Amino acid sequence: MTALNQPARRLASNELRPMAQRRSIPRHVREIFEFRELLASLTRKELTVRYKHSALGFVWSMIQPLFLLVVYTAVFAILGAGFPRFAIWVLCGLLIWTFAATAMLTATTSITANASLVGKVKFPRAILPLANVGGALTHFLLQSAAFAGVLLVTRHSVDWTYMWLLPIALLVAVLVVSGLALLLAPLNVMARDTMHLLELLVMGWFWMTPILYQYERAVPFLERHGVPGEVLLLNPFTSIIITFQRAIYGKSEIEGIILLPDNGPFWYLGILLATGAGALIIMALALKVFDRADANLAEAL
Amino acid sequence: MSYDDAAPSGTEAIVVDNVSKVFRISTTPVTSLKERLLGMGRSHYKEFPALTDVEFTISQGETVGILGHNGSGKSTLLKCIAGILTPTSGQVLARGRLASLLELGAGFHPDLTGRENVFINAAFLGMPRKEIANRFDEIVDFAGLEQFIDEPVKHYSSGMYVRLAFAVAVNLDPDVLLVDEVLAVGDEVFQLKCMSRIKQFQDEGRTIVLVTHAPETVRQVCDRAIVLDHGNLVIDDEPGKAIRVFREYIHGTSQTAVDTKALVDSPLAVGDVQIHHDHESVRRHVHVGESVWVDIDITTTRRVDDAVLDLEVTDNEGRVLYHVDTDSLDARIAPIDGNGSIRIDIGRIGLLDGEFPINLKLIERSTGRMLDWKERAASFEVLNTTRADGTVAFDVTVRS
Repeated sequence: MTALNQPARRLASNELRPMAQRRSIPRHVREIFEFRELLASLTRKELTVRYKHSALGFVWSMIQPLFLLVVYTAVFAILGAGFPRFAIWVLCGLLIWTFAATAMLTATTSITANASLVGKVKFPRAILPLANVGGALTHFLLQSAAFAGVLLVTRHSVDWTYMWLLPIALLVAVLVVSGLALLLAPLNVMARDTMHLLELLVMGWFWMTPILYQYERAVPFLERHGVPGEVLLLNPFTSIIITFQRAIYGKSEIEGIILLPDNGPFWYLGILLATGAGALIIMALALKVFDRADANLAEAL
Repeated sequence: MSYDDAAPSGTEAIVVDNVSKVFRISTTPVTSLKERLLGMGRSHYKEFPALTDVEFTISQGETVGILGHNGSGKSTLLKCIAGILTPTSGQVLARGRLASLLELGAGFHPDLTGRENVFINAAFLGMPRKEIANRFDEIVDFAGLEQFIDEPVKHYSSGMYVRLAFAVAVNLDPDVLLVDEVLAVGDEVFQLKCMSRIKQFQDEGRTIVLVTHAPETVRQVCDRAIVLDHGNLVIDDEPGKAIRVFREYIHGTSQTAVDTKALVDSPLAVGDVQIHHDHESVRRHVHVGESVWVDIDITTTRRVDDAVLDLEVTDNEGRVLYHVDTDSLDARIAPIDGNGSIRIDIGRIGLLDGEFPINLKLIERSTGRMLDWKERAASFEVLNTTRADGTVAFDVTVRS
């Protein structure tokens, strides 16, 4: 046994395989999994690059929610809208929304921004948008840590009977966002308008999601106009965000204002799982579309 | 385990199976949705065949050069082999771990340090982080960048950049290495390092595919060469033959067409050109310091009184090493009527290793007209018996 002929042996034992071919969904997933270290590296790179020349670094990520907390508290105190601890309510939804919006917006340009790379190096291109999701997720986790600090300091009591739903909600959010990221990135290669269109859509989407207002306020409004309130749940972020609100804000009503459905944790689990199922369908579709687009990405750029 | 376990030579590492690649070039760049919607149903594309039915197999352990001028499809072919482009028809099959060096430092981020970039770059090439960590010192050592590895790469010189990228790629333990025009970069010391690493790869039985437009590189390292022209495989043969064909194709597209036209009713034509030397019965080549002579057969359709012979000795790249004409030599070509011959003696050849083609031109002095012109009319080969290196031979002695 010598080191000398080792590559030769290994080569002979490997199958001849096509260099470019359509992948089935499981194959595509496996390929992405094989390159998980690249995903981790690129995610790390996102963060390193973002905070490269700043003295405080990732602390900026954590300062943001604190700042927003102050701003929202002040603004809604002046407007007189809202209800007690309104800023905490807003942050419950806003942090996860920021994650989703940042991930989608950055992932959309991930392939076009890395054009030279896509044309020169062979790797599963799905890694690029997913790395943006990873970057945004890390950002979200940092902000959540800061938010948790705020909750501790303000002696806010969360509802522990709902807290176990949060990892599930986050997982569903990651699935939805990853699926959308994989759909948007190749679309932006074909038409750069995708980016601009998305910026508008994300803004509209924000207001269609019960973040600044409460779910139970939107439902009767819709029903008064002859639209079933469940329509809100078609927005995948609704179930995720109301779960966060229910668990962290901890109340379904306050001072006579009904905020959220009071159907118990399993109702929330149910809507999360339904969203999760939808997310899996989006994901499968996205992988299919991505694979189809992949063959021509290097040329289209 | 023993060598018997090694794959039998002849196992394919890469099979290029009838590969064609057609690029669709849009006549107007259609990248916005508006244009897309408005342009629906209309064809905005021109088809451009970059590769046409290319077929060959590369055995494991072979080093194959792909030669071609710009636009011949050689880089497209390499990208198809690497799996970056998908062939329009046909397929590429490959075995083992493939590392492609299509552009050094693709994926380097200027703001990140050399160290961070090594890890990212290696991850792009599919190398596990643990393995990179194990080889990290080796990589840095190979690149010779110990002092700068924690600097952002935007402060690197282009040479340093390239060295680091190459170091990552060759330390990846690839079974198949695909290289595109990147060996010509870096300083000489680094180039030697690259070459010796490639030699080492060859000894280890790894497969190398090298894309280049420099025939010298092919001659130096390849076992075989493939010549592409306008997307067609022209020849797949040993380097010497392939390089000759490559040159013919280059000249074929650039000059012959014009010149044959000009020479159509020239009264004079150069026939057979042969180079001889005193030892040709025992060896093909000459040694440094020996002489050769060139015999040129000439035929004329009328009497030519005042021909001037122009001689160029070039290296294999076509660079002119020596240029002279009979006027400058104060030599006179005797009038030729019908058949004639010219002999040129070239004494004391002061060249080291290599093959040296000659170009001949005959001009009529009175009219200034080109009578005949022959590029690479013949060539002679010099074998360097000394231990010196380079192009030109000097008499060097050292005293102390």
